[in-house]
Amino acid sequence: MVKSFTCIMCPRGCEISAEISDGRVCSVEGNVCPKGKDYVIQELTAPMRTIASSVLVEGGELPLASVRLNRPVPKERIFDVMEEIRKVKIKAPAVLGQTVIADVLGLGSDVIVTKNVRKKS
Amino acid sequence: MKCYDVVVIGAGVVGCAVARELTRYRLSVGVLEKELDVACGNSSRNTGMLHAGFTYRPGSLKAECAVEGNREFDQVAAELDVPFKRTGKLVVGFTEQDRKNILKFKAIGEQNGVTGMRMVTKEEIREIDSHAGGEFAMYVPSSGILDPMEYTIALAENAARNGAEFLFGRKVTAIDRKEKGYLLHTEAGEDVQTRWVINCAGMYAPEISEMLGYPHYPAKGFKGEYFVLDKKAGKYLAVPVYPAPNEKGGFMTHATPTVDGNVLVGPDSYVTEGREDYSTTKEHLDGLISDGRKMFDHMESQYFIRSFAGIRWKRYDPETGEILDFLLEADDDHPGTVNLVGIESPGITCALPLARRAVKKLTEKEHPAVNEAFDPRRPGIRRFSGMTEEERKHAIEEDPDYGEVVCRCENVTRAEIRQAIHNPLGVCTVTGIKNRTRATMGRCQGGYCETRITRMIEEELGIQPEDVRYSKEGGYMFTGKVRDER
Amino acid sequence: MRDVDAVIIGGGPAGLAAAVRLWDKGVRNLLILEREHELGGILRQCIHDGFGLTRFGETLSGPEYAQRFIDQVEARGIPCITDATVIDITRDKRVTAASREGLVEIQAKAVILSMGCRERTRGAIRIPGDRPAGVYTAGVAQAYINLQNRMVGREVVILGSGDIGMIMARRLTLEGAHVVGVFEVQPYASGLPRNILQCLDDYGIPLYLSHTVTQIKGKERLESVVISQVDDNRNPIPGTETEYPCDTLILSVGLIPENELSLSAGAELDRGSNGPVVDEHHQTTVPGIFAAGNVLQVHDLVDFVSAEAEELADSAAAYLQAGSLSECRLQVLTDGSVTHAVPRKISGEADFTLSFRVRKPAKNCRIRLVQGGETVFEKKMAKAIPAEMIQIPVKASWLKKNEDLEVKVEW
Repeated sequence: MVKSFTCIMCPRGCEISAEISDGRVCSVEGNVCPKGKDYVIQELTAPMRTIASSVLVEGGELPLASVRLNRPVPKERIFDVMEEIRKVKIKAPAVLGQTVIADVLGLGSDVIVTKNVRKKS
Repeated sequence: MKCYDVVVIGAGVVGCAVARELTRYRLSVGVLEKELDVACGNSSRNTGMLHAGFTYRPGSLKAECAVEGNREFDQVAAELDVPFKRTGKLVVGFTEQDRKNILKFKAIGEQNGVTGMRMVTKEEIREIDSHAGGEFAMYVPSSGILDPMEYTIALAENAARNGAEFLFGRKVTAIDRKEKGYLLHTEAGEDVQTRWVINCAGMYAPEISEMLGYPHYPAKGFKGEYFVLDKKAGKYLAVPVYPAPNEKGGFMTHATPTVDGNVLVGPDSYVTEGREDYSTTKEHLDGLISDGRKMFDHMESQYFIRSFAGIRWKRYDPETGEILDFLLEADDDHPGTVNLVGIESPGITCALPLARRAVKKLTEKEHPAVNEAFDPRRPGIRRFSGMTEEERKHAIEEDPDYGEVVCRCENVTRAEIRQAIHNPLGVCTVTGIKNRTRATMGRCQGGYCETRITRMIEEELGIQPEDVRYSKEGGYMFTGKVRDER
Repeated sequence: MRDVDAVIIGGGPAGLAAAVRLWDKGVRNLLILEREHELGGILRQCIHDGFGLTRFGETLSGPEYAQRFIDQVEARGIPCITDATVIDITRDKRVTAASREGLVEIQAKAVILSMGCRERTRGAIRIPGDRPAGVYTAGVAQAYINLQNRMVGREVVILGSGDIGMIMARRLTLEGAHVVGVFEVQPYASGLPRNILQCLDDYGIPLYLSHTVTQIKGKERLESVVISQVDDNRNPIPGTETEYPCDTLILSVGLIPENELSLSAGAELDRGSNGPVVDEHHQTTVPGIFAAGNVLQVHDLVDFVSAEAEELADSAAAYLQAGSLSECRLQVLTDGSVTHAVPRKISGEADFTLSFRVRKPAKNCRIRLVQGGETVFEKKMAKAIPAEMIQIPVKASWLKKNEDLEVKVEW
């Protein structure tokens, strides 16, 4: 069976067609780099995604600090992770790289701050 | 219960002018308006022309008031600190029929007392405005352009400073005649008591007229759509360019510069049923593009920044279909009332003359004392964009908020937005701020400044995000916060 | 009046990259003017990831990408004035900015235009109908949600499949809104394929091609939109109208380089890109005034914005040293197959990066650069889409010195 994929590993977005039998990838075509094949294999077995959102900052120059996952999590767990992110409230200053949830839901990914938010003077 | 000597129903240009003229006397004045700001209806949905008065039947109230309003407007604009340019107007023609119609109205204009009108050749048209179309034209020097929204705001603010009270979000639903005056019921549930009622309800004037015991005068809506063009197109048009009128004095799509440097193309004209149907339509916008090009050679899509529609509610004779003059009446069968119905174009030009005539109906009856403290002047918000470099430096020194540009297209500063938020009428909608400052009215249409303006409204007035309104009561901007801060 | 060698208008990705490179080239008397309180430009609100893969070999969010450059600017001590909005630039390179401390007046030897772009609005695309609350451009909605903690609505229709529109579809969904669908007037998506997958498909948000909003309904807050299918000429097909109840309409219908200041400085604009006409030195038609980033041409990747600004900085540094740059007499000409080309003028004697977009999607197409009827470069592409800017590093050795250069895409 031939299945087509849009690779999301980089902005190029290669359109990959993969020959699949018994749920295993036999060959791939259309990808310009090896990441494409890895992506197809992952996508076929257990699709993974990262997400970005925001957490509340108390006493900051901005009300929110942006956050993201530092490693992908299973696609079907995205909304569970969002629930966890929604609960977080940190105090200013928020520092880029700061971990606000370590190993979120035991999925092996941290929620990290992606923006510096200074204390409101 | 609120209690007034006079209640004006409707805060359009006529209602605000009436309120202002009433405050020349020692009377308590209340203005009831169903919307959240003044000029939410057709007072702001028009071309912003100060008309000369050459298309109205000699002897009519329209003709009389237009000529009177036109003559005095330099002084009015100075008193109220509103932008106004006496640009003159070109009425251009292409055919012999056009010439006949133009000459007919030139004669009517002269009869009405319009001065200085003259026929000009194609070459002279180009000298007056090199981008105007037409084979020949009539040049009308007394026509001018103004900002109808700001003019109405100025009249209202001046009335408020002289003591009138503006009550927004109060739609009048019923009127009871009492022994000494009237009891007005509003949709908001509260009643207002008054000795006098002046009906300035615009498109709803026939309903109010009926509530006061006068007939329900039939009116027909003539809707027209407009394009607003970028200031980049504005530099090509100095003078309003109108096509020759039809035999009845109606004008089709024209091109008019605005006092702010944009260009309006429109309106067209078609009958509508929807009382407040200000929606624009593809069919009519497409029509404006082709018709507008005949008047103005820079009618191009790259200049489009927005479109809007207005409706002229004309009183007519149901038997003959004839369009009737403005109606201003007050009789002893309906004591303590003045009824204004069918006020449409040229309502902006005629607002103050009509207001004086309406107020006279009251003063003739009861001779109120003159308000010695009345001040005809109203200071506008000082605009950063209109200042010289020296003035800008000085303004920032006095108020650092003048150094913080909020709207980058129109160069509107934080100081101006702040003054607009704390306006004398207590209006706090996003469009209210826009109409008082021009913020969001440029080519990016608020892409940069709208987020800043809503934040300022919340901060300056201490209100919650859910309570910020775009322009109407149900027009909330936000459903809440992304993350609850509590 | 403050005299500087170079003044940079805008501290977003283009301005920051230009500043760092200028400094490293020895131009030390320079100044960044930024209207916001913080540097970083639009990246501050682009909190999704996907930035920096080309540049840093890792995928970052917008604020993180910006911070890498801000750190470099700070490490070098490059002067910058924030909270200062430039209100005028003259042909002789006098720059005036407004700030709370007063008017900032600069006399520069070189001006770097890096103001970015703005969003196309409802008025510009002429959507008829009412004028209720609840109609936002994608960038405005993004600023409300990501910077101001304000939720714009619950039931959302998105018009336009630009990248920001799709990213906002995902963002709104994650925050609990229901996105009815993304509607695109073209027969193809205008954003990147990966965003269709990870922003729409992942969340079950349908993408409707050849559809547009033909009416907006709602007197106070938005109540519904009418969507119609369009024909090949993008005209709505009567009888295909469907009304979708919604409280929010998000417009992602294109970006326009923000060039009001460029015009006031006398720079000529290109009708294809809507940015200034520039030569291979990124110099506008006004000598000493340069442009890069989204003010010059709308990019799809910030990594390329940084690279373009660095190329600009190399030229601007050379200009400051020599007082002028080599003349570019040859035109870069385009036909209907591409939307625009940057640069528009070349010398034929130096390497440069040629950027353009195809006008419509093409498979197995050929890009040809032609001079005097002769092909000087040819490249086959398996896939070319308008969403992806094509960049070709053109070598001087390929070029003739006396013929205009034509850019052609054939399929």
